[in-house]
Amino acid sequence: MNVDWLNFTPWSSLAGGALIGLATSLFVVANGRIAGISGLIGSLLQRGSEGVSEKALFLLGLLIAPLLWGLFAALPQIEFKSGGSGLIVAGVLVGIGTRYGSGCTSGHGVCGISRLSPRSMVATVCFMFSGFVTVFVLRHLLGG
Amino acid sequence: MTKLTAFIAGLLFGLGLLLAGMANPSKVLAFLDLTGAWDPSLGLVMVGAIGVAIGPLTWARRQSSSLLGRPMQLPIKREVDPRLIGGSLLFGIGWGIAGICPGPAVAILLTGHWQVIVFMLAMLAGMLLFTALESRRNH
Repeated sequence: MNVDWLNFTPWSSLAGGALIGLATSLFVVANGRIAGISGLIGSLLQRGSEGVSEKALFLLGLLIAPLLWGLFAALPQIEFKSGGSGLIVAGVLVGIGTRYGSGCTSGHGVCGISRLSPRSMVATVCFMFSGFVTVFVLRHLLGG
Repeated sequence: MTKLTAFIAGLLFGLGLLLAGMANPSKVLAFLDLTGAWDPSLGLVMVGAIGVAIGPLTWARRQSSSLLGRPMQLPIKREVDPRLIGGSLLFGIGWGIAGICPGPAVAILLTGHWQVIVFMLAMLAGMLLFTALESRRNH
């Protein structure tokens, strides 16, 4: 294994993670809700969901975070590696997969593991595994 | 009050993603690239997030209502089924292709990159497809 020390950002990633943990804790402790982004979006797409305003306001906060950030500092680098067709395939898979799997990196990876939920631990292992395999296949088997 | 806490929680979540570097798809892909130039940062994001959240969530598991008097809505399902595994595997493939998952997709939607708009529209289409397939299944 070959660690990319130049781009490894241990402290800001730990601190950013802690902030995500704080946000997750606040939403559960104050609102009694799981901060799972795919679940929040998915439930807003379904008719007759409860708690629509709280869910929408959470997503609104997430949406405008870069605007607030931008008032005080330059936005961090955002670089994409895929073109239009890759993004479309990826988006559809993420949309269907997170709904069938009842969660994504936030709902299973952060909230679920913090709740010690066996389902979320299995889900996290599954999406990490297929993520690793996909990048290996695309970059090292097909890409070269 | 719960509306304000929801908004603040979302805002903090987004600032955390930006600070952590996880709003950058190429950094996420560098974590998933185990055999390339591997960037372990995403692992530390998980450590930081779980380290902070595990205490409050452990507390929450024993409560029936939140501090603001709302019902504690934690998932109750316990069994690991094929839908959980299959769905999560599919999600991971999509994540591995573009390096974008739902949280960062929302957090960088307004930063002026066309790629995230295409991704978001495709993701919403995927979710709507799920809803359509589910309602057909239940009829």
